[in-house]
Amino acid sequence: MPTKEDLAIAKQMPDAGGHFGQFGGRYVSETLMAALQQLEQTYEKLWRDPQFQAEFDYDLAHYVGRPSPLYHAERLSRELGGAQIYLKREDLNHTGAHKVNNTIGQALLAKFTGKPRVSAETGAGQHGVATATVAARLGLECTVYMGEDDIRRQALNVYRMKLLGAEVVSVTSGTRTLKDAMNEAMRDWVTNVDNTFYIIGTAAGPHPYPKLVRDFQSIIGREARQQCLAQTGKLPDALVACVGGGSNAIGLFHPFIEDADVRMIGVEAGGYGIETGQHAAPLSSHCKPGVLHGNRTCLMSDEGGQVIGTHSVSAGLDYPGVGPEHSYLQEIGRAEYTAINDDEALHAFRHLTLTEGIMPALESSHAVAEAMKMAPTMDKDQIILVNLSGRGDKDIHTVAGIDGINF
Amino acid sequence: MSRITECFNNLKSQGRKALIPYVTAGDPDPKITLPLMHALVESGADIIELGIPFSDPMADGPVIQLACERALLHGTRLVDVLDMVAEFRKTNQTTPVVLMGYLNPIEIMGYSAFADKAKAVGLDGVLTVDLPPEEAGEFNRLMKASDIDVIYLLAPTTEEARVQKICAAGSGYVYYVSVKGVTGSASLNVAEVAEKLKMIRKYTEMPVGVGFGIRDDASARAVSEVADGVIVGSVLVNKIAELTGNQEQIPEAVAAITASMRQAMDK
Repeated sequence: MPTKEDLAIAKQMPDAGGHFGQFGGRYVSETLMAALQQLEQTYEKLWRDPQFQAEFDYDLAHYVGRPSPLYHAERLSRELGGAQIYLKREDLNHTGAHKVNNTIGQALLAKFTGKPRVSAETGAGQHGVATATVAARLGLECTVYMGEDDIRRQALNVYRMKLLGAEVVSVTSGTRTLKDAMNEAMRDWVTNVDNTFYIIGTAAGPHPYPKLVRDFQSIIGREARQQCLAQTGKLPDALVACVGGGSNAIGLFHPFIEDADVRMIGVEAGGYGIETGQHAAPLSSHCKPGVLHGNRTCLMSDEGGQVIGTHSVSAGLDYPGVGPEHSYLQEIGRAEYTAINDDEALHAFRHLTLTEGIMPALESSHAVAEAMKMAPTMDKDQIILVNLSGRGDKDIHTVAGIDGINF
Repeated sequence: MSRITECFNNLKSQGRKALIPYVTAGDPDPKITLPLMHALVESGADIIELGIPFSDPMADGPVIQLACERALLHGTRLVDVLDMVAEFRKTNQTTPVVLMGYLNPIEIMGYSAFADKAKAVGLDGVLTVDLPPEEAGEFNRLMKASDIDVIYLLAPTTEEARVQKICAAGSGYVYYVSVKGVTGSASLNVAEVAEKLKMIRKYTEMPVGVGFGIRDDASARAVSEVADGVIVGSVLVNKIAELTGNQEQIPEAVAAITASMRQAMDK
């Protein structure tokens, strides 16, 4: 167990070079170094600037609709017969997921730096939609890269992005999913570095992205902490959030890092099962550190260092790496990581819909499934706080397909 | 003196510039790489850059992405690439060989194991696209201890203070990326390159190679007038792609391109 001093250090991470212990850093080709240094300087200045903060807070309140509620899922909790489950309702944000917290912040940075064009990668399409949304609002040109397989899986979000005026580029290289979309977005950035702000959607990528995405998403944990204290008079016993790249999880976890009694549980995509190798769970399958997309982190790669293809029913978790801060929190023993398989996530998707009338995104369903496993093993006066990171409308197509229904 | 430095010194005394072809190891088949390397040398190549195939070549355009995919189809791993260098060295002890690629295969092998093996097979240099000097402390130390040159990229976006820092960290030569973009993307502007090289040379005595955007005899010749080395990749890899169905023709056809560039550069 980490000591109080360890946790104080953890809370201050990353270091000046963007390192979280041995993880993180800035591993990119030289063409991008100047842009990243400039972004870092701009961010460090603006994040402390009252005018920037005021604008960010205003947008979160009046455009996104924050604070998002903390909802006591009483019926679900009663039925499970153990701990009380509370849902942090990021699904109620404008555009339907936590992703918008970050795109609002990064779009503000783009505005202050005067770049006329933004680009993004997307898996499930939620980050692409959130980017296209803020680009429409600020009148910025917007290009979103999305794997060919994900375009098929998430047709609704593709059309949403087009309605919002974004160009959606189908990525046909590699495994045609999120990792390849990110490769292509980085190639775009190398080529258009003078006029483009690259809005990364998760707490990964080269420094300063993991830090700034975490800072923008930490509104989730700050609100949840206050709301839980206000509603129950105490802190939760456990936090549960799904982890692909891990931006919703780190946003929830970070404000609780020094609350040593609050367990933090990240839920990765177990796919067909960790034992099958067909998953997207680098932390729970104990992968070695590797380097991809600009940072050092636990990474699914083979013995020759080639990145392995992943599988998950949820496009947003279908990624072979993980944000470096999660690798660090696992290494120091502050956070725990586990995996939920496709079928368990699908069951949770249907079950939360039936018991609470809340349809979670398939990504968030992984967190719900883990909470459903944990609750019966805990006491009735204990609290599990689940980050319901997005709503499931976008996944109806996928779930219907599994039911044999074609629209 | 390293083989790379010796190579540049010899060329300088002859008033010539280095021709540095890049090919991806194992593309389209591991059996082709060794004869191709020898053919390149016979056609006038001075240094060979051998690409380590990687699943996610983020700084490369479609041409080299596909080359990686073809090489990975046969499972060409970093250890196999190092074995190719060992084979090459059996009959050629003079032409420097530089491995170029991404960090993860080396990271997974382990820096120390890589350094030992690289020295044992007679490798001369290594260029890892996604390992800037800020992250390369331990890597540089181990490579230096094994007498392997660490070659760094400089870009059009690299500021002057950083040029100085990078040149201090590297050895062998520096690789100036002539365009903002991925490999094989745009044509370079020789006047702009010349301007930038003047600045780079304020900070280093090392030879400067220029790559990205050199696609024919004319651009090779133009670059050779301002740089110490001409690095050419995508145009060769394109030829390899064309001949994937007739692999036995690859060494000769690719060497014909470099032979013609050599002639243009030496005129």
